[in-house]
Amino acid sequence: MAAAIALVFFYAPLDEDGLNQKIFYFHVPIAFTAYASFAWGGWKALRHLWKRDENADLESYVAIHLGTIFGLLTLVTGSIWAKYRWGHWWVWSEDQLVLFLVLFLFYCAYFMLRYSLPPGPQRANMSAVYALFGVVLIPVSILAIRLSERFIHPVAFDRGGPNMAGSQFFTFCVCVVAWFAVAATLYQLELAGKRLDLRLRELREALQE
Amino acid sequence: MIRARSLEKRYGDKRILRGVDLDVPDDAFVLVTGPNGSGKTTLLRLCAGLAAPTRGELTVTVERGRVGYLAHEPLVYRELTALENLDLYGRLYRVPERRERSGMLLERFGLWEARHARAASFSRGMLQRLALCRTLLHEPSLLLLDEPYSGLDDDGVNLLDRELGERAAHATFVVATHEPERLQGFASARLALA
Amino acid sequence: MRYFADVGALARKDLLLELRARDTLPAMLLFVVSTLVVFHFVLPADSSDLAATGLLWVALLFTALLGLSRSFAAEREQGVIDGLVLAPSDRSAIWLGKALAILAFLGLAEVIALPAYGLFFKPVDGALVAGVVLANVGIAAVGTLLAAMATASRARELLLPLLFLPLAIPIVIGGVGASVAGDPGRYLGLLGLYDALFAIICWASFEYVVTE
Repeated sequence: MAAAIALVFFYAPLDEDGLNQKIFYFHVPIAFTAYASFAWGGWKALRHLWKRDENADLESYVAIHLGTIFGLLTLVTGSIWAKYRWGHWWVWSEDQLVLFLVLFLFYCAYFMLRYSLPPGPQRANMSAVYALFGVVLIPVSILAIRLSERFIHPVAFDRGGPNMAGSQFFTFCVCVVAWFAVAATLYQLELAGKRLDLRLRELREALQE
Repeated sequence: MIRARSLEKRYGDKRILRGVDLDVPDDAFVLVTGPNGSGKTTLLRLCAGLAAPTRGELTVTVERGRVGYLAHEPLVYRELTALENLDLYGRLYRVPERRERSGMLLERFGLWEARHARAASFSRGMLQRLALCRTLLHEPSLLLLDEPYSGLDDDGVNLLDRELGERAAHATFVVATHEPERLQGFASARLALA
Repeated sequence: MRYFADVGALARKDLLLELRARDTLPAMLLFVVSTLVVFHFVLPADSSDLAATGLLWVALLFTALLGLSRSFAAEREQGVIDGLVLAPSDRSAIWLGKALAILAFLGLAEVIALPAYGLFFKPVDGALVAGVVLANVGIAAVGTLLAAMATASRARELLLPLLFLPLAIPIVIGGVGASVAGDPGRYLGLLGLYDALFAIICWASFEYVVTE
């Protein structure tokens, strides 16, 4: 609840900037949030394998679930941004977009893996191992995609990252914090929901016996 | 050798074992009985370390290499011969003089003639005999046997009886079976799963 | 030492199985050559050699997937994997033994595929071979672990390409880069880094894939 109130409070100044403000303010913070979610999911996966923390499997799954949603949002906002800047809905020269496409595919495969295994410790282990692969895949892919530009786009692309003035930077930071808060709230909500579901199932079973 | 307290195992929503207590002292011979689906196999898998309990505690005070596990499936490669299968397991279990031991066991279980035949060509009973050879290959001190008599003909049953009789004094046994009468002579304790 | 004896015994077993059943390697060979022939018709007459190099990598990747999808077939039948897991050796030896066998199959398939590519399209140079060798290591390491996961799932062979392809993108980038760029060094470096990183995680995490 506190996070939600904080969110509304933080959200307001953003709208005053006007919606024609560059989508940059959405795109990059959402991408950061997605990274953070994936990293959190990877951390929980590591805790599951290492410390045999029973709750970590669910936490890792929920974090990755959120990360994938934010990853999809990154793709959508990035696509809009690409249209606005270069006039195409998709540009292969934008590292961030390509990377998120790869990650999106990777984490979709994560869900495929999860859904095709029966619930239990084996599923938890395998999901955790695959989630750890993701954490390593992110930096390796960044490196690989950077390198790939050299043979796919030999001409250096003018990236022209916006030179941020002080106030813009402040807004940017606020946006990052706001999106992190949204993600954290959603994370807690989904986790609480899933736990409630599990608890309910246990109670129902206990009743039957 | 095995100590379990309020053991619980569930696969997803299905609870297979609930509140199982088990004490197996050294050189004991414990029969695990119960109807189909009561969790006999699951209990053995837990003891073998192939699965982890959902709740409760389980301690097995013998290292992995000293456990012999006879499963439902023979756990042998169908495309390898009887001898090749035993040779692989002999290497993995670091059995000294594995060739001699494999030969001796194959001889004893009446598979010597078929030692160069692929396991795929074996009948159910022959596979069970081969599985017994595999289980006994490394002289385990803890034997977990899941329905050891399944598929065996009268000859095989006698062989197994003799083998159990010889080993019962100096190895620990946990045997899951739905026909406990047959093993009553060896049993020192009995656990009935519901 | 004992560890490597275990790995050797397990890899030897896979080679023996292949020798006996002959179902994976011939399929891989036939597949890779057929793919190259198909690719000849995919490329328009005036397309560059670079495109052919890219397609070679597609062919190699899918050939590897074909082999990987069969890699745990013998263990899945009758649950033999339990027998290996029960053995006192370190579980990662199961992964390493299988990965080495896959590596051997891949290498053998490429001994045919690369000359065929040289014959059909353009000569093979040292950088390409180096790229293929390094890529094989990564493919075998990651592919073996993912194949073990896919084998345990309901979807089985269907799941493996889905799990594998996103993880193979850096391999493809490194491989194609090494074979078309003027300075293959950095791409070979990327492949080497990938191999090292993923081999370590696979080695450390395989135990969790086969146990609970």
